[in-house]
Amino acid sequence: MKRRDFLKKTGTGAVIPAVIGGFSLRSFGEDSPLNTLLANATETDHVLVIVQLNGGNDGLNMVLPKDNYSAYNNARTNIAIPESKILSLNKFDKTGLHPSMRGIQTLFNEGSLGIVQSVGYPQPNFSHFRATDIWMSATDSNQVLTSGWGGRYLNYEYPNFPNGYPNSTMPDPLGIQIGSVTSLTFQGPAVNMGMSISNPTSFYNLLNGVEDPAPNTPAGKELKYVRLVSKQTQKYATVIKSAADKVPSQGVYPTPNLLADQLKIVARLIKGGLKTRLYMVSYGGFDNHSLQVNPADTTTGTHATLLKNVSDAIKAFQDDIKNLGVDERVVGMTFSEFGRRIKSNSSGGTDHGAAAPMILFGKNVMPAVWGNNPTLPANATVNDNIPMQYDFRSVYASLLENWLCVKNSDLQAIMLKNFPNLPLVNSASCKNVVPNTSGTNLITNDPNPFASSTTLKFTTAGGHTLIQIMDTMGRVLSTPVDQDYTQAGTYTTTFYSGALPTGIYYARLQNGIIQQVRTMMKGK
Amino acid sequence: MDRRDFLTPAKKALATPDLSGFKVSRTNTGLSPYTGTFGVNEIIHLLKRTMFGAAKADVDYFRTKTLSQAINELLTVPSVPPSPPVKNYPNSVTAGDLDVAVTAGSTWVDTNTNDGGVDAQRRSSFKSWWQGLMINQNKSILEKMVLFWHNHFATETTDIGRAIWCYQNNTILRKNALGNFKQFVKDITLDTGMLRYLNGYLNTNTAPDENYGRELQELFTVGKGIDNGTPPYSEADVKAAAKVLTGWTVNNTTNTSYFNSPKHDITNKQFSSFYNNTIITGRSGATGANELDDMLNMIFSTNDVAQYICRRLYRWFVYYDIDAATEANVITPLAQIFRSNNYEIKPVLNALLKSEHFFDVLNQGCQIKSPVDLNVSLCREFNVVFPSASDYVNAYYMWDYLRIQSFNMQQNIGDPPDVAGWKSYYQAPQFYEIWINSDTLPKRNQFSDTMANNGYTRNGKNIKIDFIAFAKTMPNPGDPNELINDSLTYLYRLPLSQASKNQLKTDILLSGQTQDHYWTDAWTAYIANPADTINANIVRNRLRDFYQYLMRLAEFQLA
Repeated sequence: MKRRDFLKKTGTGAVIPAVIGGFSLRSFGEDSPLNTLLANATETDHVLVIVQLNGGNDGLNMVLPKDNYSAYNNARTNIAIPESKILSLNKFDKTGLHPSMRGIQTLFNEGSLGIVQSVGYPQPNFSHFRATDIWMSATDSNQVLTSGWGGRYLNYEYPNFPNGYPNSTMPDPLGIQIGSVTSLTFQGPAVNMGMSISNPTSFYNLLNGVEDPAPNTPAGKELKYVRLVSKQTQKYATVIKSAADKVPSQGVYPTPNLLADQLKIVARLIKGGLKTRLYMVSYGGFDNHSLQVNPADTTTGTHATLLKNVSDAIKAFQDDIKNLGVDERVVGMTFSEFGRRIKSNSSGGTDHGAAAPMILFGKNVMPAVWGNNPTLPANATVNDNIPMQYDFRSVYASLLENWLCVKNSDLQAIMLKNFPNLPLVNSASCKNVVPNTSGTNLITNDPNPFASSTTLKFTTAGGHTLIQIMDTMGRVLSTPVDQDYTQAGTYTTTFYSGALPTGIYYARLQNGIIQQVRTMMKGK
Repeated sequence: MDRRDFLTPAKKALATPDLSGFKVSRTNTGLSPYTGTFGVNEIIHLLKRTMFGAAKADVDYFRTKTLSQAINELLTVPSVPPSPPVKNYPNSVTAGDLDVAVTAGSTWVDTNTNDGGVDAQRRSSFKSWWQGLMINQNKSILEKMVLFWHNHFATETTDIGRAIWCYQNNTILRKNALGNFKQFVKDITLDTGMLRYLNGYLNTNTAPDENYGRELQELFTVGKGIDNGTPPYSEADVKAAAKVLTGWTVNNTTNTSYFNSPKHDITNKQFSSFYNNTIITGRSGATGANELDDMLNMIFSTNDVAQYICRRLYRWFVYYDIDAATEANVITPLAQIFRSNNYEIKPVLNALLKSEHFFDVLNQGCQIKSPVDLNVSLCREFNVVFPSASDYVNAYYMWDYLRIQSFNMQQNIGDPPDVAGWKSYYQAPQFYEIWINSDTLPKRNQFSDTMANNGYTRNGKNIKIDFIAFAKTMPNPGDPNELINDSLTYLYRLPLSQASKNQLKTDILLSGQTQDHYWTDAWTAYIANPADTINANIVRNRLRDFYQYLMRLAEFQLA
């Protein structure tokens, strides 16, 4: 029996639902017979589709905290989505979706979409450019690197590119960006590992997204000549075009929808048989400093349209690859350089913020909402930001290890550091066994509110354990715990707040796949 | 080596793109002085053709000049020859070889060697040196002319063998580059390197060798008629010319050429009707050497020489397509100037470069950069910093790297394919287009990618493009629109549409944002605190992607 057939027949039955802390997931149990069976299978045809949402998507209006609606509504009355309009998620009552994201809701409820709450990084940067560079290079906030995480991954898989490529093992582009320019994400240590295409059938644009008409002058003639050679000799021209040609018909994609246009090409190339591992698409317009909603109906307006396009595009893509029979191979992920502030501004928009949710889609994605709804102050001020629960690099690292099957021992070279592995996807094909963890309230503090110090009580499963204290801007103020525990158990540590002003602080616990945030109040 | 040994049927070339149906407008303008605007566009056109690239600083310099002043300056070449190439290679392992006496870093051109390995490294040293002269050219036409004459009086270092002769050959090209063409032909005829390359040193009364006598007429002076048609001279003229040249040979010890009269053919030499049936009277003894002057007088009395050389200059500086209008309005009057100025080269260049034909918009941007032009101009236009010449070890490493890039793209200075030079300057109908094929175009892109990213590192030194420094030379780099427009002005010869510029701006400089101020803010933040690596990296990443993209477009291949 082919592994895939087996998965289709038995997959659902072997999945064990589990509830962990503030979030729940389904995972393959350690002792599942499925794991034993899959131990010899190595999946190498996996594809990761990266969807960039340019401009800083307002995550708080996309994934809504139903359990804390009043604080949400107070913080952004002028743009708040009415409680009754929030789309619900199966088995995740506390969290809902923007009403324009019916496609995403359907995928979630059908079991092929996950949401990771409050993804960010310490010391968030509020500049579009810098924040984008951080997300693409996957560095610390204060670290400067000219390579991207995807480029480093591809360089690890395909060293020495472009020398010796294409070859029989890898006849196809390593990474493809739909658009005219390859991004920092694909930048390798020496060269860009990706190629950009805007249209797989009109080939000149593969190299040049921009082609102006050639004038009927001698210069125009020579320009035309160079372009023709370029078209003829682009080394990936034939493989891309023939891959595209193998897929004469596809499902229905919404139009006009710039994201759908791009994802449609991706689906076509995947089905066409390219061995390309990474695809990247991007969709802009999220920098909504003003009028992100229609004041008369906050469920409509600029941001609603953007979210609808994202939702419709991903749904159409997912339907298409399912129909084309390649959904088993594909996982997608959205990211934006930052979220927006908790509190809306007076022009009906939101300013640059910090952490925001990421959406993962694909048949092999664990359908879950990862983490808690962000904690919202009862009376949010302009400086209040959503603190991170998950480091975005933890998401990348998990996808690299669990989906693209990068060896754990090699992961650090790509990701520059060690990051906790999250069971975001069915990692069975990479032989990575996801531990079945459970527990609630892994970190508490007492007293709370506190005056000058408070005792943090936390439970670790052993191994590396990290506790960071952050302010509402996401700045890491101190790191009370950063060590390896040989024994699992419950420990305490004391946080001295010193001269910090009164207000909200967060204690973030990270232990393996577990990440939790405790809200603490410093009073008088 | 005899070029004819290689005249086997050409290998099947790569499929040539079909451009039939693409109608090209040419122009009827001629040599009348150009009187239009002499602005940035015209200066860039002028510099890209007469120098290697239009470096911003050079353009700025010439903006204070009139057209006439600018061209006069470009045509004024340094009277002092450059310092000769130096020893950048290890000592010979052959005990007693004279080269051992040459200290590292001093020149080898005055010291013989019998060690073939040393000579090979000297040839490499010579080529690196020459490449360095191109990179460090001053504001004159000299280096473009030296390369022109190398293509015209083509020799191959691997055939010449002795590096000192390669250097001497190059010295003759430099000395005569803008001098008198007739004198030039005499000098090159008696050049040690040329005597060796075309077997003149073996040409004797008992064993005449026609090689040089043929190329002298076919390639160096008279030509084969318009676009390689039927030569106007006869085969008998080739034989007669060879006889005239018998006896000229090379002294291997002194590295000079000399006339060895006992080996000279003292019979009368009869030429064809093309040369008015001239008879060059055979002479014995030392006076036999004067027959060369008689023959050059005869050759230079034809009209073909001027017409042929002017066509070659035209293809080097303007465009390859010489239609009837160009022949009548440009080549013929230019040839007239050449003859009436007794074959002085400078008046011809002066007339051509100051003409309305040269500045005609239809003649701008239509050259496909040769590999050397592409690579050297890229380094010069982006101000790539090389190790100083005093750090000769590293300077030669870097020059050699650059030379090898051009070599890989099919233009190996010092070693053209054969005595006819590079096909791009004579092979109809493709001419320049021959430079671009499925092998060389990706190499061109790879080179610009390399220089845009990590650059080239050897011995702890690195050469690469500093895009921030380049952007700073632009008038207003903080404004993304102006930065794009200005960069295109200097790097491209064809305009990009507004839609394309907008796309470049949004996709790259604004990272997908729509408002210009995001770039302006990033640039301002960098300028306010250039030491901040994060700010610098934000602008550097975007500039790199922007310029790398421009260098990958077909437009970048044109000059």
